[in-house]
Amino acid sequence: MENSVKDEELDLLLDELFRSYGYDFTNYARASLKRRVSRLMIIDRFPSFAELLYRVRQDPAYLTRMVEELTVNVTEMFRDPQVFKTIREEVLPILATHPFIRIWHAGCATGEEVYSMAILLDEANLLHKSLLYATDLNPTAIENIRKGVFPISEMKQYSENYILSGGKHDFSKYYTAKYNWAKFDDRLKAKMIVATHNLVSDRSFNEFVLIFCRNVLIYFDKYLQDNVLTLFDDSLEKLGFLVLGSKENLRFSPIARKFKQLENRERIWRKVM
Amino acid sequence: MAEGDVSKYRMVVIGGSAGSLDSILKIVAAVQEAVDVAFVVVVHRGKSGDSILTDLLSSQTKLVVKEVEDKELILPGTIYIAPPDYHLLLENEYTFSLDASEKVHYSRPSIDVTFESAALVYGPALVGVLLSGANADGAVGLKNIADAGGFTIAQQPATAEVGYMPQQAINLTKVSVILEGEDIGIFLKTLLK
Ligand SMILES: C[S@@+](CC[C@H](N)C(=O)[O-])C[C@H]1O[C@@H](n2cnc3c(N)ncnc32)[C@H](O)[C@@H]1O
Repeated sequence: MENSVKDEELDLLLDELFRSYGYDFTNYARASLKRRVSRLMIIDRFPSFAELLYRVRQDPAYLTRMVEELTVNVTEMFRDPQVFKTIREEVLPILATHPFIRIWHAGCATGEEVYSMAILLDEANLLHKSLLYATDLNPTAIENIRKGVFPISEMKQYSENYILSGGKHDFSKYYTAKYNWAKFDDRLKAKMIVATHNLVSDRSFNEFVLIFCRNVLIYFDKYLQDNVLTLFDDSLEKLGFLVLGSKENLRFSPIARKFKQLENRERIWRKVM
Repeated sequence: MAEGDVSKYRMVVIGGSAGSLDSILKIVAAVQEAVDVAFVVVVHRGKSGDSILTDLLSSQTKLVVKEVEDKELILPGTIYIAPPDYHLLLENEYTFSLDASEKVHYSRPSIDVTFESAALVYGPALVGVLLSGANADGAVGLKNIADAGGFTIAQQPATAEVGYMPQQAINLTKVSVILEGEDIGIFLKTLLK
């Protein structure tokens, strides 16, 4: 534990990130942040915390990397396939009756979740009247959404997930393989709007019928979780749907009474009032 | 009540692979009087979110057994199970956080991650138990617990289902005691009195 970051050190770093760059991580779950900082010190070979802090102060270019590494970006296509199956079977038939479908993927990292959803919409013949807003704090991550490329080595797993989500096609029809990369069909991307958006400091920017925010809230403390859930409530039209990660819940939040979880207990809630 | 009447330990973290289930069941059966202590069980297992482990452990003890939920308050007299596919962390204000970051030692949940995090929060009030397993996960974590002044128990590698995991810890740090899997429960019961 010699290399574990102390509370006071973490405070100094968070303070610096906020004062110099406007990134506010103060209400993130600290245990996870500490691990991220310790990990970064090992990967980037900082002999001491002081040198890490010095680098952050002196080198604005290092900030991008810092933000990237402080947050967890692990994601996959059709993550928790049962959720996507439920969306196919229970949510899409309702959205189909709308003239226009506006969806927000908040904290979508490199876009695997957004492409998964676009495929679902395509298969339900709804993509033409949909728009998928893909946002994340991390500018490098969302750049990948514009490219639409994912590691070819993941395709076997994604194809299995796709089948489990109720997919009936050969998954490879959605991409072309190029060296180590799978480049996804531009038709999917055509319906995506990609932008940076910070859930801590940026406001609601539209009204949606479906909002995804999966595996983001677990990295926040209770206070910030409640704030962000309120932001989603403000951004969701009545009878719209909110999809959270497999270990996230709105049960004890201030918006709980306005929402009803779907019968099958997947982490999907409908705004009933 | 005089000092010394109450155990100074408030948290016990237990780590093992699927093969350590027998030992874990014996431990939870033995410690059911320890209502002032919280327990955390981290077991390497598959991704699926079934409740078999919770049900099995419940059947052996009067203590509450439950899979951890994010930001849940840590209560004494409760046995918490790390959910599959998430790392389990402990916060200074005695709540849990879940974290789906990279695997550690090919494992998520990783025993190292939980042990280190628990050591930071509980220091000398922590007991760490490392059971049978086939990879090095848990060794560094048990060292972290020892370094923070906590009490450490490794299962006897020679008679463990798979001795590699506790052996790694024994090589890395001076553990407080090395015990046969079936004796750990009784030992803990006395330690926590
Ligand atoms: C683990 S990924 C989740 C990706 C995807 N939703 C999924 O479930 O697979 C978490 C993402 O949240 C983003 N994030 C963290 N803090 C954020 C904030 N304040 N505002 C927006 N995005 C944030 C990170 O950059 C990261 O890409």
